[in-house]
Amino acid sequence: MSASNENLKNMIGQEYKDGFVTDIESNSFLPGLNEGVIRALSAIKEEPEFLLEWRLEAYRHWLTMEHPEWSFVEFPKIDFQDISYYSAPKSMEDGPKSLDEVDPELISTYNKLGIPLEEQMRLAGVAVDAVFDSVSVATTFKDKLAEAGVIFCSFSEAVKEHPELIKQYLGTVVSQFDNFYAALNAAVFSDGSFVYIPKGVRCPMELSTYFRINAANTGQFERTLIIADEGSHVSYLEGCTAPMRDENQLHAAVVELVILKDAEIKYSTVQNWYPGDENGLGGIYNFVTKRADCREDNAKVSWTQVETGSAITWKYPSVVLKGDNSVGEFYSVALTNNYQQADTGTKMMHVGKNTSSTIISKGISAGHGQNTYRGLVKIGRNAENARNYTQCDSLLMGDQCGAHTFPYIETKHPSATIEHEASTSKISEDQLFYCMQRGISAEDAVSMIVNGFCKEVFKELPMEFAVEAQALLGISLEGSVG
Amino acid sequence: MLKVENLHVSVDGKEILKGINLEIGTGEVHAIMGPNGSGKSTLSYILSGREGYDITEGRVLFNGQDLFEMSVEERAWAGVFLAFQYPVEVPGVSNIYFLKAALNGIRKFQGLAELDAMDFISMVKGKMKDLDMDEKFLYRAVNEGFSGGEKKRNEILQMSVLEPTLCLLDETDSGLDIDALQVVAEGVNRLRDPKRSFVLITHYQRLLDYIKPDYVHVLAHGKVVKSGGPELALELEEQGYAWVDEKLAS
Repeated sequence: MSASNENLKNMIGQEYKDGFVTDIESNSFLPGLNEGVIRALSAIKEEPEFLLEWRLEAYRHWLTMEHPEWSFVEFPKIDFQDISYYSAPKSMEDGPKSLDEVDPELISTYNKLGIPLEEQMRLAGVAVDAVFDSVSVATTFKDKLAEAGVIFCSFSEAVKEHPELIKQYLGTVVSQFDNFYAALNAAVFSDGSFVYIPKGVRCPMELSTYFRINAANTGQFERTLIIADEGSHVSYLEGCTAPMRDENQLHAAVVELVILKDAEIKYSTVQNWYPGDENGLGGIYNFVTKRADCREDNAKVSWTQVETGSAITWKYPSVVLKGDNSVGEFYSVALTNNYQQADTGTKMMHVGKNTSSTIISKGISAGHGQNTYRGLVKIGRNAENARNYTQCDSLLMGDQCGAHTFPYIETKHPSATIEHEASTSKISEDQLFYCMQRGISAEDAVSMIVNGFCKEVFKELPMEFAVEAQALLGISLEGSVG
Repeated sequence: MLKVENLHVSVDGKEILKGINLEIGTGEVHAIMGPNGSGKSTLSYILSGREGYDITEGRVLFNGQDLFEMSVEERAWAGVFLAFQYPVEVPGVSNIYFLKAALNGIRKFQGLAELDAMDFISMVKGKMKDLDMDEKFLYRAVNEGFSGGEKKRNEILQMSVLEPTLCLLDETDSGLDIDALQVVAEGVNRLRDPKRSFVLITHYQRLLDYIKPDYVHVLAHGKVVKSGGPELALELEEQGYAWVDEKLAS
């Protein structure tokens, strides 16, 4: 077995030193991937025939594909036969019995983020008998959503309850042949989230995966599908500022957003998965395909992401601007510390007339972190009066880290207006001294300067998320000065 | 309050300060004047704890404590404040946020609770009024896009909010027109207090028309070459710094 396999294996099906026990249970698949595995997976989930066929098509295509090598990240080769593609949701009894059994470092981070005790237990997977507040919150909110006609449930549930919507929209934004990891996801995805906002409905609350109960075990191949029907509006929050531990090293999710006429989706992500230790060991590989389709006129989508976790982040939330006057936005903060690597950015594909897009990307590199912005702005043949504004700023801390920018622009219409601004800066000694002379400690000063640098992105986040994201940046940079 | 004893400081092997002796009593206002390159700014950086200087000899006592044993923040918490010659821009960080973080840092050190947001804002707004500053400044990023005069006023605002005990003003008058100079000087005079000391570092006498010092020291070639009362500043203004050199030579 190669070193890389061993690495992956260490993350899968073994005991965690901090007390996450992952004994292979009787109803988990043995490692390995073939058509039989996919059929069994689909059968366990009682999926309709069309979905099984769809998975198999994806798998057969995936077999013909090569692993992509173009990104600016390095990691050992992954053995896809060494991953178990199904494990039943674990019962609470397998988790730690109390917070005393959880890594004190994790608890200290929770405390710094001001996470209430019950929530800490939920995040750390502690088995408890008491009913959580979040459960009751979730129940009241389900009633409210049902009243508005909004569907918000797990993907599996949607397959059972609303197969017609799944059949109509699944794979229409990211096809099951799209790319290596998207094809793999299509073949073996375990679960995820499903949202449908009916015509003319403004979703009465922000939808958060955080509150969707039973979301704990969606696994490493997550699939999300959100449909905003004509004139509807929804704000969706994904992830959590609290560090999430996970025994799966590889995460290959797919997110599809469908936006119809006059509708709007605002999709915010805070990703803080385990980044590995300070020597770069362990940590999650986060290889995600996220795409929004502004399918009809005046559709609008906004991606906002704050990426501080994972050992490797490889993702490009993109927008296809098909409808006339449609609008796509991308706001991103990506932070890499220690040995983290991030290759992230966006694609804005202008197809319709008078379409416009905005890209604001802020990369922060510290320690030995490598941070890459990669973006494509494509103006199609018929995209009259398309406009794009791109701004990529990089902030470097220390002299061991790196920032890289790969902007691609392709335009096939002479009326396009494209602006691109880029900057690279360092936190200056002057700034630090100035803050410290006013009685602000070095770490607080760094956190303040970095948050100032990210302000344009944070102001796009929902209020509570923005406050948490600020705290998170400070914590993620701890120990990177001095 | 502050005692500087035989202070020698070098940068990259070149000696900038060559044995400074100074004693600043509580509630006193001292002006340090001198030609360019005499080491005035170096002195202010040394006292506030900036890195990049080698202290080769001597010591500084601040209220009996060895200043060189204290970090930059510790000095700030203990009441040392430097009004910068070139205030630094901090993009994306609003003035009010910055002020609040600074004040709370100091209050924490003093064992005081954080100031309530409403109390804090009304306190700051009162001080801004005194300095003839528009409230809009609170929501602008620290010093970003400020004119020279606005930056200097902002320094005095910070000083009046943080209420330090030792105020070092490094060429606060430079780049100010006469109206701005008056406003800034009034701001400083308002802060004069029997418990607070000031060190005014300046090239020109004109600042001292508005802020009357108790003592004036002339710094040249890394040494205090002459000390006296306010009349010394006038003498300097008349004779120019060449006069200092002549006196040194003779």
